[in-house]
Amino acid sequence: MGEVNLYQVMDHNRSFTDRVIAESGQDIRQCYQCAKCSGGCPGSTAMDYPPNQIIRMLMLGMKEEVLKSQTIWVCMGCSTCTTRCIRDIDVARVMDTLRQEAIRAGYVDKAKYVLSFNESFLWTVRSFGRLFEAGMAMMNNSKTGNFMKDMQFGLPLMLKGKASMFPHRIKGRREMKNIFDKTIQGGK
Amino acid sequence: MSKYAFYPGCSLESGGIEYGMSSQAVADALGIEFLEVPDWNCCGASSAHMTDHLLSLALPARIMALAETLPVTEIVAPCAACHARFAAVEYELGRDDDLKQKVNSLLERPYTGKVKLRYYIDVFSNPDTLSKIEKKVKKSLKGLKVACYYGCLFVKPPKVMQFVDDPENPQAMDNIVRALGAEPIPWPYKTECCGASLGVTEEDHCTKLCNDILRFARDSGADCIVAACPLCQANLDMRQVTVEKKYGVSYRMPIPFFTQLIGLALGLNPTSLGMKKLFVDPAGILKKVGVA
Repeated sequence: MGEVNLYQVMDHNRSFTDRVIAESGQDIRQCYQCAKCSGGCPGSTAMDYPPNQIIRMLMLGMKEEVLKSQTIWVCMGCSTCTTRCIRDIDVARVMDTLRQEAIRAGYVDKAKYVLSFNESFLWTVRSFGRLFEAGMAMMNNSKTGNFMKDMQFGLPLMLKGKASMFPHRIKGRREMKNIFDKTIQGGK
Repeated sequence: MSKYAFYPGCSLESGGIEYGMSSQAVADALGIEFLEVPDWNCCGASSAHMTDHLLSLALPARIMALAETLPVTEIVAPCAACHARFAAVEYELGRDDDLKQKVNSLLERPYTGKVKLRYYIDVFSNPDTLSKIEKKVKKSLKGLKVACYYGCLFVKPPKVMQFVDDPENPQAMDNIVRALGAEPIPWPYKTECCGASLGVTEEDHCTKLCNDILRFARDSGADCIVAACPLCQANLDMRQVTVEKKYGVSYRMPIPFFTQLIGLALGLNPTSLGMKKLFVDPAGILKKVGVA
């Protein structure tokens, strides 16, 4: 991460730290760096900073480094960290807040694939009311330009009668559209 | 007769179709009534809670509000990921009236919290139903060694999940397996994450996590891993091909749902339980049970 003047970042980004605390409802200042969250994290070997370091970086106001980290996109939300946190911090919830912050602030380089997946997933839910897997896969693959992705699973799923070619449309689609429009405009 | 609002979720109509088939078949055999939530929608899963907090609560709240139109006091979701979203609604909206109002302003029918979330495995593992199962076992699964795999989302985080089971060493499924005559083996990966949510985006890491779980189950002497979450099940079942390619190990470990195992012990037809829908051939288990 290179050299960082901690006094300066803290001054510049205090509002960011405060917002993460407010949005997540988690008082990360309670953390005393026991690192149990990282010890149990099934994603830590694929992360650039383990969860305890992300919490420390947050306390120091290192907004850019945190929002640009690989960590927040590798986190699977399994909540093992939360379960084991001796200071009662819902670390997984903080990761959720950080992902939302990163999307809002446009730090999405490392998350291209996650975001196109989420957008494709939510697009089918917004349109039909339920997930339509084949439609999601096609949309995701065309967004990423990786047209053959997961094709090895498509045919076997069809053969087992586990994938439908057509979406199921619920009756409450207008209500769904309203929910999406009033939360994430345009339903992306 | 016990009655529950039943939320199949998208998986039970696709990748986890055999979980739905076996759940219904076993419920019928045990006199449990599942009433499907009318006009249900997708709970939004990880994609919603990564994107927007309010969205991630409104989608499952709509479902729970619709469940309130049914003559029930409890709702169940066989999928652990859906269950976790309902638990989040109960936990967060139950403690924050402003948030509840905000969510309800997005819904046509308000969520009141009248219908409570019930831990799906407990529908079968509660003492009454368990003794009923014990009495109805036609083909004891004696000799079958089973690794019970709960995944993360039924039990973690315990505060939100209302401490339904031990988050590190849960017992509900172990008790069921024991009632069927099989042996639940002790193993350390009962609630380790399988990485299903990384399947599309960080496939390499997901494959590693699957391999860890499969390896621990095999080394602990399991004949099969029994799953309770359709995402874990699909991941561990389908991804064995990828694991084999990457690690050069062929486990051929069948991954049935716990409801399928109950059905086999009750003497139900394996086809009606969706045994043929599994990717890794469960012939070995069927042979041990004496139905093939």
